[in-house]
Amino acid sequence: MTCELWKDKLGAYVDSASPENELAGLEEHLKNCPSCAADALSRLQLKRLTRAAAVRYAPSLEFRLRIENSIQKKTKPIWASWMPRLAVAAVALILAVVSIAAWMRQSAREQALTELIDLHVATLASSNPVDVVSTDRHTVKPWFQGKLPFTFNLPELQNSSFKLIGGRVTYFQHSPGAQLLFGLRNHQLSVFILKEHPGMVPTQAGIITVQQMAFNLETWEEGGLRYVIISDSSPADVHELGQLLRAAAHS
Amino acid sequence: MPLFARLYNFAHWLTQERAAAEDLVQETYLKALRGFSSFRQGTNFRAWMYRILRNTFLTTQAGLKASASTSLDTDDDKATEPEATGTPESVLLAQLEQDAIQNALEKLPVKFREIILLCDLEEMSYAEIGDTLGIPMGTVMSRLSRARKAMRELLTVKLQRASR
Repeated sequence: MTCELWKDKLGAYVDSASPENELAGLEEHLKNCPSCAADALSRLQLKRLTRAAAVRYAPSLEFRLRIENSIQKKTKPIWASWMPRLAVAAVALILAVVSIAAWMRQSAREQALTELIDLHVATLASSNPVDVVSTDRHTVKPWFQGKLPFTFNLPELQNSSFKLIGGRVTYFQHSPGAQLLFGLRNHQLSVFILKEHPGMVPTQAGIITVQQMAFNLETWEEGGLRYVIISDSSPADVHELGQLLRAAAHS
Repeated sequence: MPLFARLYNFAHWLTQERAAAEDLVQETYLKALRGFSSFRQGTNFRAWMYRILRNTFLTTQAGLKASASTSLDTDDDKATEPEATGTPESVLLAQLEQDAIQNALEKLPVKFREIILLCDLEEMSYAEIGDTLGIPMGTVMSRLSRARKAMRELLTVKLQRASR
């Protein structure tokens, strides 16, 4: 087969959509043809650059609340309209006075964590979940150099059940951050390391353990960085990985 | 709310305007809520949501304008591959800044922009893209190929201007 015919198949190849019966032949050709290999590389680069650049617009908190309210109105049960309006207003006023600040913090935190859960799920669903594939922390950490405005330490995992799978640059609230993927038995855990700024994941100080959408999360702030672990494995597993990361941060 | 941030990002890329993107996302969720009974369990929820958003966009003024401006640009099932350039593209691409990619995406016709976003950003399979856009798999591949060619041409022009 000529290069021109192979090049026709490179689009599907970089999208991980090559038919099974063509894949081995195409990969063999790429090993031996510098021109097609360079073409495939440039396509992959453009795909990655596009993915990073296309995460550009984030909805405002005000808009998210507006949508949530409009959905809640649409789904409000009929009996709700029977309640005396005065009583509802009084209860709402008391609740607002007592808990508005706490509610806003909680709501903003849940939204931020939901967004991170979306990123975690999207990563697991991806055919290329990580951009740097390595079990070696000395390979993964330097890979982020020049890509992030901060650095971080990774734990030694030799004596633990966790396995480092790799990492990628992610974008959260318009800022770049690291997303590390760890394996534990059949589970995968995402660790997001983000530059802390006011309002990013508003929460109280210390280690926070949350269950959201059936995922287990643990988050804490250390040295100006916000760490968030997300996984479907048990809270104990998530906490154990958190301890390893905190120990590494102090080393 | 599932997919909220991602749908908003996609809507903003389609409409190119914050207020219009918000209206589009709001309308999408309301339509999804009203029509949830029509969603077939076991089918692709993500593609269903994006299809509602995209079909809603096509009924807006901006969407009608976008679809009219590309109506002569027919799809066929023969993929059109990018032409080779004299300089290795991997070297050229490495020089690109994020805003150059964003500007190129903005300049693409909507039907090219949306298919690149669904494939590269949302990482949808060709089948999912076909489901979302309501087009057969062969058309997905040919349109994607032509979209990427158009994007490369825009980026190449930008790089050539920058190097002068």
